[in-house]
Amino acid sequence: MSTQEYAVLGTRPVRHDGADKVTGRAIYGADIHLAGLLQGAILRSPHAHARIVRIDTRRAEALPGVKAVVTAADLAVSQDRIVDLGEGDTPLSYLRGNVLASGKVLYKGHAVAAVAAASLHVAEEAASLIDVEYEPLPCVLTTLDAMREDAPILHDGLRTTEFGEKTGRVSNVAEHFRHELGDVSAGFAEADVVVEHEFRTATVHQGYIEPHTATVLWNNDGRILVWCSTQGAFVVRDVTACILDVPVSRVKVTPLEIGGGFGGKIPVYLEPVAALLSKKSGRPVKITMTRRDVFEGTGPTPGSVIRVKMGARKDGRIVAAQAWMAYEAGAYPGAMVGPGAMCVFAAYDIANVVVDGFDVVVNKPSTAAYRAPGATNAAFATESVVDELAEKLGLDPLEFRLKNAAREGTRRADGPKYPRIGCVEVIEAMKNHPHYSAPLEGPNRGRGVAIGFWFNAGLPSSCTLSVNADGSVNLVEGSTDIGGTRTSVAMQAAEVLGIGAEDVRPEVADTDSVGFTAVTGGSRVTFATGWAAYEAAQDVVRQMKERAAKLWETDAASVTLDHGVFRSGDRSMTFRDLAARLGETGGPVTGRGAVNPRSAGGSFSGCIADVQVDPETGKVDVLRFTAVQDAGKAIHPAYVEGQMQGGSAQGIGWALNEEYHMSPDGAMQNASLLDYRMPTALDLPMIDTVIVEVPNPIHPFGVRGVGEANIVPPPATLANAIYHATGVRLRSLPMNPPAVAEAIWSKEG
Amino acid sequence: MNEKFVLEVNGRAHRVETDPRRSLLEVLREDLKLTGTKYGCGEGQCRACTVLLDGRPAVSCLTPVQAAAGKTIVTIEGLARDGALHPVQKAFADEGAMQCGYCTPGMLLNAVALLDRNPRPSDSQIVDALNGNLCRCCGYPRILAAVRRAASGVQRAG
Repeated sequence: MSTQEYAVLGTRPVRHDGADKVTGRAIYGADIHLAGLLQGAILRSPHAHARIVRIDTRRAEALPGVKAVVTAADLAVSQDRIVDLGEGDTPLSYLRGNVLASGKVLYKGHAVAAVAAASLHVAEEAASLIDVEYEPLPCVLTTLDAMREDAPILHDGLRTTEFGEKTGRVSNVAEHFRHELGDVSAGFAEADVVVEHEFRTATVHQGYIEPHTATVLWNNDGRILVWCSTQGAFVVRDVTACILDVPVSRVKVTPLEIGGGFGGKIPVYLEPVAALLSKKSGRPVKITMTRRDVFEGTGPTPGSVIRVKMGARKDGRIVAAQAWMAYEAGAYPGAMVGPGAMCVFAAYDIANVVVDGFDVVVNKPSTAAYRAPGATNAAFATESVVDELAEKLGLDPLEFRLKNAAREGTRRADGPKYPRIGCVEVIEAMKNHPHYSAPLEGPNRGRGVAIGFWFNAGLPSSCTLSVNADGSVNLVEGSTDIGGTRTSVAMQAAEVLGIGAEDVRPEVADTDSVGFTAVTGGSRVTFATGWAAYEAAQDVVRQMKERAAKLWETDAASVTLDHGVFRSGDRSMTFRDLAARLGETGGPVTGRGAVNPRSAGGSFSGCIADVQVDPETGKVDVLRFTAVQDAGKAIHPAYVEGQMQGGSAQGIGWALNEEYHMSPDGAMQNASLLDYRMPTALDLPMIDTVIVEVPNPIHPFGVRGVGEANIVPPPATLANAIYHATGVRLRSLPMNPPAVAEAIWSKEG
Repeated sequence: MNEKFVLEVNGRAHRVETDPRRSLLEVLREDLKLTGTKYGCGEGQCRACTVLLDGRPAVSCLTPVQAAAGKTIVTIEGLARDGALHPVQKAFADEGAMQCGYCTPGMLLNAVALLDRNPRPSDSQIVDALNGNLCRCCGYPRILAAVRRAASGVQRAG
C-alpha cells in the first residue's frame, strides 16, 4: 500500500469540465458549426461480400442541392506501406479500403460512396440514388468456418504468417503465432487433475452513446482542418494524411469532447471521406453516423473460440496450461488475439505453457479495441477452467488462485518477466472483503469469483505548462478526456508545484498546439500523460528555482520547494508570489514534458458476484457485485471507482446480454439500441469497489492505468456464480435467458 | 412542404419555417443551434435527446417538430437561471456524476422532471425514472447519488 503523503494526489477535487457538462455547453464532435457547412451521408454495402462491378454516381450528382459525390476512385493511389497507429501497425491499404471500399465490399455496412449536400435529407436521398452493381459472393461469418480449406476467401492477396514467417498459403488466417514456456507435455504428465473445454464469446460492441462524427474543411491553401470525436487526435491526423497522401503538417485535428469510446474511437472512418467531399465542394463537410452505421460500419470487438486445458497437482499447484485461441478480425486482419494470448494465463505462475493464436478475417465489420481488448474473452475461458480445477481439488477458489498467483519475477509465456505487480494483493483483498464471507441463502443463488489482467500501454505523451502572474498554471495536453483524465493529469502537475488542483487549468489541445501524444487507450493517460505533466512541472520548478535564486542573489542549487513554498536559507516565497515576479526575472516560465514509456506496469483486477437464476426462464439477476483493482496510486479515487464500475457494468452486459445477431447472409439483425440491449440502471446492482495500491515502480507517483483490467473478470465471475447457483457451467457468451434455461433443461434431461 | 411554427424554448419564442416531420432534436440542434441536446440513437432508446415538453420528459429524436409547437420546451440550456446552476445541475457537478458527459443532459432533464413531480423520491422511484436513460461509461451509481443529493437539497430548500 502507498505510504507516501501527498497534498493533492488521492483527493477528490471537482472536475474541471463539470460545469460545461451539466449546462450543455461542452462542445462534442457533432456540435461544431461552420459557415457554409454541408452535411454528408455515406452509402453502405447491402452485401456482406461482393465484387463491385460498377458505380454510377450520375443520378446522385444531378439531384438539386448535391455539392459533391466521392468513391474510392477519388482516393490518392499511393504505394502501400505500414502505418504505425501506436497500438499496432496496419497496412495503409487496409485503412484506405475500410474508409471507402475498392474492388470488393467485405461486410454489410462497408462504406462505398459518400455525398455532401446542403441538408442531410438531400445527402441521404442522393446516396440512395447512387447505382452500384454488385456481384454477390458467398460470405463467411465465423472463425471456424473461415478457417476451413474450402472457405470463401476475403483477400486474394492475404497470405498466412506462421510463427513470424510469411507462407505462400492464401487463406483467411492472417496469422498463426505461438508462445511457449517450459515443456507442456511433461507438465500435464505431472498433473493429477486436468480440465479442458472449448469456450465461445459473441461479437460485442463498445456501445458509446455518441456516434462517430467528423467535420472537415479542405482549405484553399491546402490545409486540412478536422474537428471530430476521437480517442487519438494524432492518429486521426496521421491516418488522414496517409490516406490522402499529404504531409502530416498539412492536417490539423481539433479533438472535441468525446461521448465515450472504450477503444472503438481509435480507428478512423469518416475524416478522410469528409476531407474528399470538402475538397470537391470547396466547403466544410460534416458526417455523423446513425446508430445503425455505428453497429454496422464501425469495429465491434471480436467474437472468439478458445480451447483451454489446464492441469494441477493434488497440492494445488497448476503445472501446465495450453490455449488455442481463434479470434475473428472482421474484414481486415488485426483481431485482438495478440493481446488475448498475452493475457490468457497472465494471472498465474505456471512453468509449462503453450498458447496458439489465430487472427482470422470474416465478413463482419473490421474489429476494434474494446477495453482490455482480447483479454475478457481469454479470461472467460481460463477463469472458468480454474474454477473447475479448484472444485475438483476441493480447494477454495481464491486460495487456489492465491497459491498460483503471478508475482514479481514470474515469467509470462509471451516473454516478459513481471516487475512488482499486485496480483496477490488483489486476491487477498477479495478474500478479506465482507462480501466473500457473507452468507448467501436461498434457492438458485450462487457466488462466483474471477480475476483478470491487462498489461496497459506506455507510448508517447506531451504536456506543457505556462505559469501565470497570479500563480495559476495552464496545462496543455494531447490526450482526449473520456473519464476525467484532465483532472487526474492536472493533479499530478499540482502535486509537484505545491499548488491546488483548481489552480491548474487543463486543456486538451489540437495537434498543432501540443507535442505528439498517442491515443487515449491502453489505460495510459493518467499514467503516461500524467507522467509528462510531472516532467513539465519539474521543468517549471527548475526554472522557478533559478528565478528565486536570481532575486535572492544565491545559487539555484540552494533553493528548495516544499508544499508550494520556495526556500533558501532563511528566505522564502510562495509559488504564487514568485509567479508574480517572473516578468522582472527574465520573462515567462513555460515547462515542457515529453515521455515515451516502453512498458506501463500492468493492472490486476478481481470480482465477486452473487446471482439468482430463475430456473424457468433462465434469467440471471446480479444481486451483489464487488470489484477490486490495483491502481498503483489512485490519483483521483472517485474516477478510479468510476472506471471500475464502468468496466464491471460493461462486463456484465457482455456476459448476460450483448451480441451481434447475424443472419446467414451476414446482416446484423439487431443493429439498434432496442435490440442490442445494454445494461440500464435497473439491470445493475450497486457495484462496490475496492482500490488496491501496489505502487508501479516505473512511474514517479506509482500510477497504474485503471481503465481496462476491470472489464476482464466479470463474464467469468458470472459464469462461475451461475454454476454455483444451478450446477450448470455455461461456456458460451452471452449467458442470456434462453441459453441459461436450455443449459438447465439439458442437465435435468 | 415547409410550415411555420412558433417554438417556445427555454422561455423564448422562436419562429421556424420547416418541414413539419423533422424531429424536434434536429430543429433544436441545426436551426436553433441549441446543441446541448444530444443525438444517440434516433430511435428513442438511449434518451440522450430528452427535453421537457410542458414539464414532461420527451425524446426529441422521435418528436416531430409540429408536435412540439405550442408547448413549453425546456432544454439543458434552459435549466440554469441568471447564471446560477439549477440544484440538480449543481448536484451532478458536485457528485461528479459523469464520465464522458454525453448522457448528462438527458439524465438531468429526467431528474428535474422527477423532482418537480415528486420532491422526495425513494431510491426505486429514482431508478424507475432514469431507467431508460443509457449511460455506457456507467456512471449510474453516481448519477443516482446525484439525484438523491439534489432531492435532499430540494427538501432543505423547501
